[in-house]
Amino acid sequence: MAKERFVAPFVLEYSYKRSLGPVLSRFMTGLQACRIEGSRTVDGRVLVPPSEYDPETGEDTGELVEVGPKGTVQAWTWVAEPRPDHPLQQPFAMALILLDGADTALTHAVDALESDMTTGLRVKPRWRAERVGHIRDIEAFEPAS
Amino acid sequence: MSEEITLMRAPTRLAYTVWAGEVTDTFLRALQDRRIVGRRCPGCQAVFVPPRGSCPTCAEAPGAEVEVAQVGTVTAFSVIRIPFEGQVLDPPYACAHVQLDGADTPLLHIIGQVDVDDVQVGMRVEAVWAEVIEPTLASIRYFKPVGTQ
Repeated sequence: MAKERFVAPFVLEYSYKRSLGPVLSRFMTGLQACRIEGSRTVDGRVLVPPSEYDPETGEDTGELVEVGPKGTVQAWTWVAEPRPDHPLQQPFAMALILLDGADTALTHAVDALESDMTTGLRVKPRWRAERVGHIRDIEAFEPAS
Repeated sequence: MSEEITLMRAPTRLAYTVWAGEVTDTFLRALQDRRIVGRRCPGCQAVFVPPRGSCPTCAEAPGAEVEVAQVGTVTAFSVIRIPFEGQVLDPPYACAHVQLDGADTPLLHIIGQVDVDDVQVGMRVEAVWAEVIEPTLASIRYFKPVGTQ
């Protein structure tokens, strides 16, 4: 006799809160005010998102400087079937975006047609109306006219 | 000027769909009939409750289904006194390994109808069934000391 198979949802979740530290704290606070900041290294490069230290030399970074808001797509991959936790629920590009004034790229979503996606595409952030101080205060980047 | 943001929620979340599988399936179906069953290892003859897909000692697939008693002995326990997110019961409560008579492995469950400070290793306990019986271990509400009204 065919029996019904027992199937159940099982969610494993660790509801962590992390402290941001002085640099990311400043970065997130800036996002809430629609400002994107990077940290300047000893040799003058600007890391975005900012880091407390230069990953290449291990030295402390210095002042935070505002970058963007426009930037250039350096690389991208098309997400045809977004999952529930993705930033957008319609197909989008996940991209490395080099913001103007930055030397490292930020990973974020680009809300554009697949046919418009190309490396070198100029993009600008689309800010949420309700911002909480989180990278998702930028809902996505979109092509800049 | 907005307040400084110093914390970020960073949950790790994995949403699975679990298929019970043949061995757990028989265990869960028996609970629907208010029976507790295990499976006997054809190698070492140990009765596993709950049953498992293979014997960790012999690596044998499980053999015959064995019904065990609804009375057993607390072999280990821990009193949970602190709250945490997603907690189902209100602390304090006692979580215990209950080795049912006829079983060779302990079943992890809750001890009820007794002050948590009175729970002891060696205590004899019996299953209390929930009002609503479903094919889940929650059909056993908890284990209470034998004879407790």
